[in-house]
Amino acid sequence: MGNRGLIFGAGLSAVFVLLAAVSFVWTPYQIETFDIAEKLQAPNGTHWLGTDHFGRDILSMIMLGARTSIAVAIVAVGIGIALGVPLGLWAAARKGSLLDEVIMRGNDLIFAFPSLVIAILITAIFGPSAVNAIIAIGIFNIPVFARLTRGAALSLWERDFILSARVCGKSALRISWEHILPNILNLLIVQGTIQFSLGILAEAALSYVGLGAQPPTASWGRMLADAQTLASLYPHVALVPGVTIVLAVLGLNLLGDALRDRLDPRLRGRQT
Amino acid sequence: MTIRTTLTASLLALTAGMAAAQTDITVAIQLEPPNLDPTGGAAQAIDSVLYSNVFEGLTRFMADGSVVPGLAHSWDISEGGTVYTFNLREGVTFHDGTTMDAEDVKFSLDRARAEDSTNAQKGLFAGITDVTVVDPLTVQVTLDGPNGMFLFNMAWGDAVIVAPESIETIASNPIGTGAFVFDEWVQGDRIEMSRNESYWGDAPALESATFKFISDPTAAFAAVMAEDVDAFVGFPAPENLPQFEADPRFQVLSGNTEGETILAMNNGMAPFDNVLVRQAVSLAIDRDAIINGAMFGQGTPIGTHFAPHNPDYLDLLELSPHDPERARELLAEAGFPDGFTTTLKLPPPSYARRGGEIIASQLRAVGIETEITNVEWAQWLEEVFGNKDYGLTIVSHTEPMDIGIYANPDYYFQYGDPAFVAIMDELNATTDPEGRTALLHDAQRMISENYVNGYLFELAIATVAKAGLSGLWLNQPTASVDLTGVSWSN
Repeated sequence: MGNRGLIFGAGLSAVFVLLAAVSFVWTPYQIETFDIAEKLQAPNGTHWLGTDHFGRDILSMIMLGARTSIAVAIVAVGIGIALGVPLGLWAAARKGSLLDEVIMRGNDLIFAFPSLVIAILITAIFGPSAVNAIIAIGIFNIPVFARLTRGAALSLWERDFILSARVCGKSALRISWEHILPNILNLLIVQGTIQFSLGILAEAALSYVGLGAQPPTASWGRMLADAQTLASLYPHVALVPGVTIVLAVLGLNLLGDALRDRLDPRLRGRQT
Repeated sequence: MTIRTTLTASLLALTAGMAAAQTDITVAIQLEPPNLDPTGGAAQAIDSVLYSNVFEGLTRFMADGSVVPGLAHSWDISEGGTVYTFNLREGVTFHDGTTMDAEDVKFSLDRARAEDSTNAQKGLFAGITDVTVVDPLTVQVTLDGPNGMFLFNMAWGDAVIVAPESIETIASNPIGTGAFVFDEWVQGDRIEMSRNESYWGDAPALESATFKFISDPTAAFAAVMAEDVDAFVGFPAPENLPQFEADPRFQVLSGNTEGETILAMNNGMAPFDNVLVRQAVSLAIDRDAIINGAMFGQGTPIGTHFAPHNPDYLDLLELSPHDPERARELLAEAGFPDGFTTTLKLPPPSYARRGGEIIASQLRAVGIETEITNVEWAQWLEEVFGNKDYGLTIVSHTEPMDIGIYANPDYYFQYGDPAFVAIMDELNATTDPEGRTALLHDAQRMISENYVNGYLFELAIATVAKAGLSGLWLNQPTASVDLTGVSWSN
């Protein structure tokens, strides 16, 4: 099961990364110029996934939308890792101090907010754009990584090899960097994969309500929003982006689960 | 068997007979009015709900746009056309029981034209110098000069007759003379009204009416499909109309409105202060693609700011054909060989949001990049209409005969060419029909040749109603869901 999940998840994820990568050099059609006369065609030989209400090729939009989704998710997860991991390491190194309290309660505070509502707030204040969507999604990744890192690091701080490093006179900073971080990398990769899929979902949700990437940038969420009133007569315009989002998130979740089974030291015993 | 069939049939006939007795209606429109004072607010939704139903003026619009007597059953115009003597109907009362007489007319007109009036169309009353009560049923209005549009102006929703007794609370409890009495406004949901049993005119067939406000196109579709509403005036999703047309439960009325949909350009701001740039934008636009792509074919292309169904309309489409090549040349001539970047602010209706994306792609083809911002109406009114902080925007001007807005240099697109103002002044002083037609042609040609805005199409209005409903307006000569003539058949 673990193996099959890994292959399936990795395969699906690879397909989407590939679609996004290929879109940099080639898409079946241009989506910047509309061809209204070609609008709302069902999937056929020339337009494999049909065309939307502006006559744009849906396959091309899915490819470009994959690029948007992946870019937003990568940067948002990047923000979470870049800020959350150091904060977690720092809090663990100063366990029980005021600093630990401040960092972790700050994280709790962010965690307590409903993420989508805050994302709406941020984009409402600073205006809807892909950048603001990234920031909004990224902020909520910070406490996820900070907590994970602190928890894992705390248990490592009790271990003998860390004790010996301390006895050797290494500073807390160096211990965190040289001994703790490499040992929790597995966990971060697993969590990163899962956060990545959540990021794609959040980007689609924000774009769906008009707060994500703005036209003409292609986005799966906005494709879905545009298709809303058309779905009863032209189901493909809603089904294609909808199924795409489901498959992308499913693929990443399966990959995340499979990676967890393999990499998470807490589960490693069960596997063998 | 035969007996049973007959029984079933008669039972069916009985239930059908009972259904025929329906005397209430639920009408949905897209936007909720912000208040209920047609003489104090600009929102079109106020008139949609209240015009003719609750409030009436001296004259009124009929469904075909003609102006007929309203609360004044006749009038005399003095030699020279400056004094109008209105003869009011007898026995008209407001819904609170007070009588409607010449004092109320004087009060309404004086209030609308007062210095501190919040009337959204003060221009309608600009020429009035004096309103005199001759006797309770006669009122005399003196103008500063002949005005060929005066009776037309008095038919607007902004010129309805209100009473001093109820004016304080008009914004939440409108009291008029119309065929329906306002009952209740549940904000965010509905407005209810019921038949005015002491109405002066023909009693309406409906006993009660409910207006519902559904702005989301998907929700609108669901509400009509589920028969939660009996009619939807101004159905927001043109792409769904074929489905209703094919469904025997519904009828679709495709009418026209007074809504000139334009790509407004900020004439007061570079680069749109350059006529070559404006011409380039106008030539870059492909109207057919916009009508087809954004409105699913609903709409008539226009080449100037005038309704095509008006007899005085001038077809000026040849001044701005779709010609991207020429547009690029014009841009180069204007000093923008590589184009430029500007803002495009889009209010919520699909003509703007979808039309905007299409126009952005057409402008991109000639080198003009646009930064699209979707705005809500309140934001649009503040940023675009108020602060003139925009490059391009798309909006439909739904007021009838509103070419006069081009004479106002402070209007949001900031045109106000003195030569145009002169034409408008002359028009206002002209009463003979031929002279007026000639001046209206001049006005249309002038704004079209100056490429003040990109003229896109006349907005169509689609009404989806249950099959048994008749009497709803097909067209919208003014924003109104007039229920006085609506009835259920079969």
